[in-house]
Amino acid sequence: MQALYAQLLVGLINGSFYALLSLGLAVIFGMLNIINFAHGALYMMGAFVAYFLLNLGGINYWWALLLAPIIVGIFGMILERTMLQWLTGLDHLYGLLLTFGIALIVQGVFQNYFGSSGLPYAIPDQLKGGMNLGFMFLPIYRGWVVIFSLVVCIATWFLIEKTRLGAYLRAATENPTLVRAFGVNVPRMITLTYGLGVGLAALAGVLSAPINQVRPLMGADLIIVVFAVVVIGGMGSIMGSIITGFALGVIEGLTKYFYPEASNTVVFVLMVLVLLVKPTGLTGRAA
Amino acid sequence: MPDTAIAEAPAKAATGGNILQVRNLEAWYGESHILHGINFDVNAGEVVTLLGRNGAGKTTTLKSIMGIIGKRTGSVKFNNQEIIRATSDKIARMGIAFCPEERGIFASLDVRENLLLPPVVREGGLPLDQIFDLFPNLKERLNSQGTKLSGGEQQMLAIARILRTGASFLMLDEPTEGLAPVIIQQIGHTIARLKKEGFTILLVEQNFRFASTVADRYYVVEHGKIIDGFANADLAANMDKLHTYLGV
Repeated sequence: MQALYAQLLVGLINGSFYALLSLGLAVIFGMLNIINFAHGALYMMGAFVAYFLLNLGGINYWWALLLAPIIVGIFGMILERTMLQWLTGLDHLYGLLLTFGIALIVQGVFQNYFGSSGLPYAIPDQLKGGMNLGFMFLPIYRGWVVIFSLVVCIATWFLIEKTRLGAYLRAATENPTLVRAFGVNVPRMITLTYGLGVGLAALAGVLSAPINQVRPLMGADLIIVVFAVVVIGGMGSIMGSIITGFALGVIEGLTKYFYPEASNTVVFVLMVLVLLVKPTGLTGRAA
Repeated sequence: MPDTAIAEAPAKAATGGNILQVRNLEAWYGESHILHGINFDVNAGEVVTLLGRNGAGKTTTLKSIMGIIGKRTGSVKFNNQEIIRATSDKIARMGIAFCPEERGIFASLDVRENLLLPPVVREGGLPLDQIFDLFPNLKERLNSQGTKLSGGEQQMLAIARILRTGASFLMLDEPTEGLAPVIIQQIGHTIARLKKEGFTILLVEQNFRFASTVADRYYVVEHGKIIDGFANADLAANMDKLHTYLGV
């Protein structure tokens, strides 16, 4: 039983990263119509920025949690202004190829300087240790990752679905020309949206640094699964990508316990099944 | 609300001065050349109607003024400021508001969000209670999804949301299209009341019987040019010509 709970926890943690990343992908896709293949590389950059802040600047984890998303978000906004914006109106394929190229370049640069092995990032003192819950031992940092991710996901959902800014965002996703004709600076909003999506990826990177170490290819390994999550959840829905992210993490964890051989493929098997039955994804709207 | 408060709404009203001046306006959709030199004026406080057949260039004229058409040349002056090169968000912030033919109600927003979406660009917009006074239906359906409204309600929502922004110059593209006669009448009353409150309105209409109930002046658009213009008082005298122009 202990092992089952442990796998459930691992599932929830992976689910947190899936949710944060697929949420950012969904927001970016809605607004820019771009399938952001650079997302994994930007997640990795989030972890590296936290590492640099700590080792070069002596800036701790808590500040990194705030600063790394901002720094990587600004890097993302520069990418959008200088490159992605020119793809408006073109086929998805161009955006996919461009962001894939960006991902390869970014990962290549980091690999060149840091190799492929992981750099350590210590768990902050306040979150060290664990709690005995009676039925299992819970490392505090892992519990923190799950709860904090959930809070960030719900806050993002609230921002998009319940606020005035979110109403602009949803409206501009539907009809950017008209929203602009109402006096909203839509190009600037698109840049900020990309920054937001990228910032969420970087945040996930910082959260994962103490668990998975900081590696140039940490995003490349993860992003393939995240794309499967996005396909299963459907691109159109914010809440859908959050729920699907956590749910698939848990399903993966359960598979590790009951049938470990399938744990690496279960998400992809589900993706195939969903594509066969409902090609727009579980919560997606038809294009 | 007393009428005096309403009358103060858009300040520039009733001065009668020239508010919009369009000169030699040309516009392109991709490769196709749609407008071939449009010339006309709108004075403050007027309701001016562009008449013409399908595809004559009426909607393109509105969109070009709004800055939505990518390639456009010539001159459009709003309050004596040249706006031909401005982007549509800048143009909107100068006080021009556009209600598109397809209405543009957002499906992912509820009625309240749709209504509050356009940002306030200057002081003097209608307060919400006056908007609900004009369109009581909307008040009852604030929490419905925008596109769940009937066609008539959607048209009212599309007009209502640009009234609170403070824009004093409204461009309405075929507001009566596809609506039942009783709703058309209601829209007619609304336009008349907006005019009384000092809004300047540029209307595109196919239905000139409807237009004749609200318009001060008409321009006829054909093949991307203004080919004729006359005041409402001369409508009867121009009826034969008009039938030829519009093919009705």
